[in-house]
Amino acid sequence: MSRPNNGRVFSAVLIKDLRIEFRSRVLMNQVLPFAGLVMIMFAFALDNDDVLQRVAGGLVWLATLFSSLIIIQRSFAVEAADQALDSLRVAGIDLAGVYFGKAIALTIKLIVLDFVLLVTAMLLYRVDLTGSGLVLLVTCVLGSTTGLGFVGTLYGGLTAGAKGRETLLPLLLLPVVAPVLIAATRATEAAFASGGAQTSEGWAWVGLLAVFAAVFGVGGSLAFGPLIDE
Amino acid sequence: MVSEVISFVDAVIAYDNFPAVAGATFSVDSGEIILLQGPNGAGKTTLLRACAGLLPIARGNATVLGVDLKSDRATVRSQVGLLGHSNGLYQDLTVAENIGFWSRLVGAGNEDIAQAMRLMGLSERLSAVKVSNLSAGQRRRCALATLIVRRARLWLLDEPHAGLDAQGRDELDKTLRSARDAGATVVFASHEIDRAQALATRRLKVTSGVVSEA
Repeated sequence: MSRPNNGRVFSAVLIKDLRIEFRSRVLMNQVLPFAGLVMIMFAFALDNDDVLQRVAGGLVWLATLFSSLIIIQRSFAVEAADQALDSLRVAGIDLAGVYFGKAIALTIKLIVLDFVLLVTAMLLYRVDLTGSGLVLLVTCVLGSTTGLGFVGTLYGGLTAGAKGRETLLPLLLLPVVAPVLIAATRATEAAFASGGAQTSEGWAWVGLLAVFAAVFGVGGSLAFGPLIDE
Repeated sequence: MVSEVISFVDAVIAYDNFPAVAGATFSVDSGEIILLQGPNGAGKTTLLRACAGLLPIARGNATVLGVDLKSDRATVRSQVGLLGHSNGLYQDLTVAENIGFWSRLVGAGNEDIAQAMRLMGLSERLSAVKVSNLSAGQRRRCALATLIVRRARLWLLDEPHAGLDAQGRDELDKTLRSARDAGATVVFASHEIDRAQALATRRLKVTSGVVSEA
């Protein structure tokens, strides 16, 4: 038997992860309600329409980060439950393909999450969106979720076998994704025209998101295998 | 086809500079079912993991399926199937989906999946059942089916009877004999001595890291 190629591994892992989500409905039944509750709690805490409109972008991305921790942990809990990831490692499967498959599956889940969070923000916080703002927002979501997907998969894999992984993951991950939080928030504020921001101001932040995703995409694919193999 | 599947000559396998297996010399031919016998901590699992290409050979020579373990452990990994105490299955997926996942990884077709399920006695009805709803024996057979669909030529099994009831153990023995008949070579470690001796075509004794014919 020849060693499985990366493309086959990527598609097999991607389909498998999405199928597990479809079956278990963790995103639908647990993560989305949690994220919606966080947005509602923000509204209760701030209790001022002007303030909420001004900070809506930041609240969306904070809720994304908190909710993404649950999705990342779930993504690797299914691998750890019966040591399935260990089986892949033992079988000589190219782990870069596993990394990309899991990262893109995670990205797709985060896109669904962000769609719900952004719609919630528009309804709850009464923010407006123009045509050019929508283009910026869609690009921002794609860039930031891809970056979060890559970095989340890398750190999820790193902590998957560790003791106390539930608390270790946020401690390691949140500082690393601070650039995503900042850039995505600024780009979203520009898309929402919060505080008089111009849409054009958001594109530089989207560029930063693209660089972040590219760095962790390349770096993660190189580091994931050796990290899992240890 | 390589007739000598495993060949170890004075092979030393070290864990953090501790020689868990010290100077093992033995060989396994194609189609054999080998029982590794020995007390806990004797080095059986270490030997299985080294055969799977997971541990480096510190000294001596070792080849598995004609591949030198000292120079190319990655190639060996893709040709052997190692099953430890866990099954490596996804609980939320069905039997067919778990086997299909491995089939997709290695580019096998639907016929390969059907053949693996047939060989492992996994019926059409079971194929649509989620792994979390299976008995321990059925899970084990599902895990073994993934080895077949991967076309693993050497099966390395660590305590394969553990956690199975009497019927499950009977089914497993039947499964391993079927695998051998289908061309696989099996090396397994077990504490179920009577059952394992009846299953094995030859026994190797592992004591304090030393391997000898039983």
